[in-house]
Amino acid sequence: MGTLTIGCFASLVGSKSLDFTLKLANAAADKGHKVNIWLSGNATALGKGHQKHLKDYSTGEKPALELLKKGVEICECEACALARGITKPDAVEGIQWNAMHWYLAKIHGSDRVLHVGGE
Amino acid sequence: MSNVTCAFVIQRPPYKSETSTLGFTHAISWQVVEMLLEDGQNVIPTVCFVGEGILNLLKDQKAMDNYGVTSIESHGKNSLLVDLDMLVCKEDLDRFGIAEDRLLDAEDMGADKKLQIVPYAEIQKAMESCNHLLFF
Repeated sequence: MGTLTIGCFASLVGSKSLDFTLKLANAAADKGHKVNIWLSGNATALGKGHQKHLKDYSTGEKPALELLKKGVEICECEACALARGITKPDAVEGIQWNAMHWYLAKIHGSDRVLHVGGE
Repeated sequence: MSNVTCAFVIQRPPYKSETSTLGFTHAISWQVVEMLLEDGQNVIPTVCFVGEGILNLLKDQKAMDNYGVTSIESHGKNSLLVDLDMLVCKEDLDRFGIAEDRLLDAEDMGADKKLQIVPYAEIQKAMESCNHLLFF
């Protein structure tokens, strides 16, 4: 099995890139691959806890928690999160906070890297 | 594998979204990645500018005056200061009518590195030879 690292650079609302990232990560984890997800920019909205999962709205907390249970590592850019008013007491438990070198370090150990978003 | 090479391809224009800024900042973070790696391991980035991405490299940007944000020019200068290889597509400069003397440098900061204006074929070669390709 391989290691896949996904960098997501999209917003939670108004873009399906984050939903795609979570679904792809889930499929890869189910196949037994090690998966890392880096969240940058507006994608850090995923790390905000207490999301309300309204039907047909783009939310990510529940799938993120399921991914964490499967051993997927999720980390968000601390500066991007703080800039958006997401603070640690508010954050989804289990999602890591770090700086951009976390992503590069995960890339170093990965067989494949996918860069999602950036639109 | 001790060194992993990454090509950061910046193709988005400045200020329209965060994308190009994030390309610069992620590439610059290479400076401290060794903290999270084993001895002898490193990530080696090359930053490539194609299409509208070359507009990030114009000098005398007035982002602070107009938007109240740090200009992307300063990210470009910092990238040169930390010795990142930065390849700029010559054909796209010609297409936009941008002369080389309108592009930033970091001589005033004491940087040794300069932007490398290269044919697209060279950027293609950099993309084909790297381990991972990241588009911004």
